[in-house]
Amino acid sequence: LTKLNVVQTKYTVSDATTPEPKAQSYNNFYEFGEDKSDPAKNAWKMHDRPWTVKIEGLVKQPQTLDIDKLLSYRPLEQRVYRFRCVEAWSMVIPWDGYPLSELIKFVNPLPSAKYVQFLTAKDSKTMVLPFGIQFPYSEALRMDEAMHPLTLLTFGSYGETLANQQGAPIRVIVPWKYGFKGAKSIVTIRFLDKQPHTTWNDMNSEEYGFYSNVNPNRSHPRWSQARERLLNSNSILPKIRTTDMFNGYSEVASLYNGMDLMKNY
Amino acid sequence: MPTKAVPWIKVVVHVLLLIPVALLFRDYQSGALANQADPVNYITHLTGDWALWILLMSLAVTPVRRIHSSLAWLIRLRRMIGLYAFFYATLHLATYVFLFSGYDTATAIDGLRHGKLGEPFHQFALAWPAIWVDITKRKFIQVGFAAWVILLALTITSPQRVLRWMGGKNWQRLHRLVYLAGIAAVIHYWWLVKTGVTRPLPDTLVLALLLGIRVVFAIMKRVRSGRSVPVTSASV
Repeated sequence: LTKLNVVQTKYTVSDATTPEPKAQSYNNFYEFGEDKSDPAKNAWKMHDRPWTVKIEGLVKQPQTLDIDKLLSYRPLEQRVYRFRCVEAWSMVIPWDGYPLSELIKFVNPLPSAKYVQFLTAKDSKTMVLPFGIQFPYSEALRMDEAMHPLTLLTFGSYGETLANQQGAPIRVIVPWKYGFKGAKSIVTIRFLDKQPHTTWNDMNSEEYGFYSNVNPNRSHPRWSQARERLLNSNSILPKIRTTDMFNGYSEVASLYNGMDLMKNY
Repeated sequence: MPTKAVPWIKVVVHVLLLIPVALLFRDYQSGALANQADPVNYITHLTGDWALWILLMSLAVTPVRRIHSSLAWLIRLRRMIGLYAFFYATLHLATYVFLFSGYDTATAIDGLRHGKLGEPFHQFALAWPAIWVDITKRKFIQVGFAAWVILLALTITSPQRVLRWMGGKNWQRLHRLVYLAGIAAVIHYWWLVKTGVTRPLPDTLVLALLLGIRVVFAIMKRVRSGRSVPVTSASV
């Protein structure tokens, strides 16, 4: 992992930060195996250089961007965000990147673009690709969600480039949504006028909605989302914390004015 | 296998089946467990895995024993293996209650340290609504709990004295519920993993094999005993 030049920002939560080894050994990255310890074991095979990101769909000028160009396009901010997994555990992680909106403005989508879709790399030579899941992994945001200043185009964590198992070399972090909404190891960013298919929503729409905003009132069918295990200390006893609406990022509430969030989960 | 060796083999089996929990305790002592990213999740999966694997071992005793008459002594290990399945299933259930359900174990222990003996119960009262929702609403919890209740019943009735008191027929009828416990445990596993995740598949195949062999044996027995009743309509 290479050290990154990062600038501090106001986006910092007060909770203690999760120890770096925990954040890098406990990952849902199904391309590298089903168990949360699998990605840390298997992801070393992936090469994060050379790497390009295709910008396509409803944009003035479809193009392919080199990762190092993307990385140096804007100063990298360090933002300490709460990270809430749909599985009812959470971490506090310093992510390094710049707002996704900066890239979107740069690539200039057409006014008809309403959604942004992210596709993850798929390579059977370096990945495990368990057969129960359709790859490439697809996630998407509504355009206003993608443009929100909290949505971070992420290149690093803890002041270093992302570990492969965290989604190197480029991923998205959307702190008010469950973690799986933040696509990892992105190779394609596509602008669309309709809501695209997204991997977990396709697999089980009852459990994983398109929005997947952190919502303590809407239970996952198999467990409550009202509380979470905060994994930011070295103790075997769980640190139980009540889950906040939008993971505590209440400034995004206006994006969903007039929407029934129990139905649009 | 000479009968005299069986008690020694039992000691070896005790030691082997205690290794998982011994390693867990070692990791707790050394701090390795606390350094796990999510110790609660780790303990839950470890105890659940071993409960199911040992249950499968106990179901394997009869088919393996039938391979050859020299393996008949294996039956003497079955009760003990079954009890270990219950032991790990109970650890698994306790992990759910005290570490997973939202029960605030840290505060309960703090209370005890300060001489407040009611604190663990107070914490239980606080956690109970969430546990109750789990019990009443979550299918994977219900089916897992059902498997544990079966194993509890088999454990209570496992001593020789109880067998004699119940009568062999009744006892055997009750203890056939172990098949149901195995099926419930595997369903519990499938219902808890995400759609598309196939991790429970190996355990499921082993269970299917162990139960399938029994069906085949039952059919063969019927054919050999020369009854003219068609097999398809017979209960197995």
